[in-house]
Amino acid sequence: MSILVIAEHDNAELKGATLNTIAAAKAVGGDIDVLVAGSGCGAVAEAAAKVEGVSKVLVADNAAYEHQLAENVAKLVGDLGKNYSHIMAPATTTGKNMLPRAAALLDVQPISDIIAVESPDTFKRPIYAGNVIATVQSSDAIKVASVRTTAFDPVAAEGGSAAVETVDIVDDAAVSKFVGEELAESDRPELTAARVVISGGRGMQNGENFEMLNKVADKLGAAVGASRAAVDAGFVPNDMQVGQTGKIVAPDLYIAVGISGAIQHLAGMKDSKVIVAINKDEEAPIFSVADYGLVADLFDAVPELEAKL
Amino acid sequence: MKVLVAVKRVVDYNVKVRPKADGSDVDIANVKMSINPFCEIAVEEAVRLKEKGVVSEIVAVSMGPKQCQEQIRTALALGADRGIQVETDAELQPLAVAKCLKAIVEKEEPQLVILGKQSIDGDNNQTGQMLAALTGMGQGTFASEVNVEEGSVKVTREIDGGLQTVELQLPAVVTTDLRLNEPRYASLPNIMKAKKKPLDVTNPDELGVDIAPRTKTLKVEPPAERQAGIKVGDVAELVEKLKNEAKVI
Repeated sequence: MSILVIAEHDNAELKGATLNTIAAAKAVGGDIDVLVAGSGCGAVAEAAAKVEGVSKVLVADNAAYEHQLAENVAKLVGDLGKNYSHIMAPATTTGKNMLPRAAALLDVQPISDIIAVESPDTFKRPIYAGNVIATVQSSDAIKVASVRTTAFDPVAAEGGSAAVETVDIVDDAAVSKFVGEELAESDRPELTAARVVISGGRGMQNGENFEMLNKVADKLGAAVGASRAAVDAGFVPNDMQVGQTGKIVAPDLYIAVGISGAIQHLAGMKDSKVIVAINKDEEAPIFSVADYGLVADLFDAVPELEAKL
Repeated sequence: MKVLVAVKRVVDYNVKVRPKADGSDVDIANVKMSINPFCEIAVEEAVRLKEKGVVSEIVAVSMGPKQCQEQIRTALALGADRGIQVETDAELQPLAVAKCLKAIVEKEEPQLVILGKQSIDGDNNQTGQMLAALTGMGQGTFASEVNVEEGSVKVTREIDGGLQTVELQLPAVVTTDLRLNEPRYASLPNIMKAKKKPLDVTNPDELGVDIAPRTKTLKVEPPAERQAGIKVGDVAELVEKLKNEAKVI
């Protein structure tokens, strides 16, 4: 078996999600090649070559791949993927955008968001917001899967010495153009990579009150998240959303503040190691998954928590 | 211009689904079914484009058993002009749905196809991307803003860490994210009117599409249960437990 893993990167750095995806590829077994498609992405390829367990790094360095436009990268993955038994990418927004497109070009039904590898053709994945886990077997010649990164411990970023090979294929579908990007600037860690996450829900009442969570986050080196209710109410931007349709996180410590615990939210955080819930409603469903529950008014409890840290 | 909107019939988002006792499938007998929330956002976006005068006709498509006509009628009540049902009782996987949609796109020649980014049952997040691949169209997935221009569409996308804007040549595929819009409620007169709007029925055979499933669900099971922990009395106790018992801070 041979597996093509699509690297997640920003042309400068190899993103951690790639290491979790390689871990899933290792669970399948076989040679693991990593594709770095980008522009001016030599440093990423070098980093990928050092990752434990990688046989070969393929670099497609061309302006057509600079912004990871799905139309171009999927075509490249479709072209290269024919020679592999498996194609895997992290289930990030980049992976989710590109991978199904590549699969369709190969006439393959992809498997999204795998959380376990049962055998080379059989995977576990959550459905219905994680209320059900399905074991799915693929009969396609090439298995295409996106990987839920929180379900696989990352492989070591160092220790490998893979060969780096240049790919000259330039796939420019010429139907799409990158216009611009607005990335949230923050000194805090990324939500999906943070060791500690503190999230606020509708109970926060407004966006200004999230400042209380920011202060706690600064003390803990935590990322700040939100429930869909808080996003829908316009308190905070959507990229902070933790849940079925937002980010899936599994930090060592997750602190849910003023979040009732709708199943859609639980789907995004219930694999966290330790969960703390602070809510004034003692009947809130969040308490049924919390390791430590504090029934209290968050406007008293959060400042006190910050002071005690 | 013409817009095609795909709508899926799914278990209502308020229903907590459980596996059947024998683990063969999920138990959805007698549960409430609704239009997939992301598909509803797709219909709303099409209707808003029509209200702005950008779009002249909205065609709503759904696939599945006879009952999915209910979801097409919902789309018609929200403002779609006519419906197409691809009728089948067989299991439809996203690749098969994308192939059926491609056949309809070839017939209808819409300038824009709007779909939900994922359905809340299978949580696959695939169909729009695959339709775009099969038709060679550009794709604006996870859209939070859609602006149709002359011959192109600008789509702002929700990505990890922020927003990205792409410009796609028309025809193009757009999949909706939550913040794109807030769907309206259908008014009673519009629900009544929707009953009289045209709804054509076809099937995968007529469209020339092989819908044979490529994956098989071997088993479904509930996720590992998480045990509820303890209640702490105050913030001091919480900090103490996190430091000394859980050792996470």
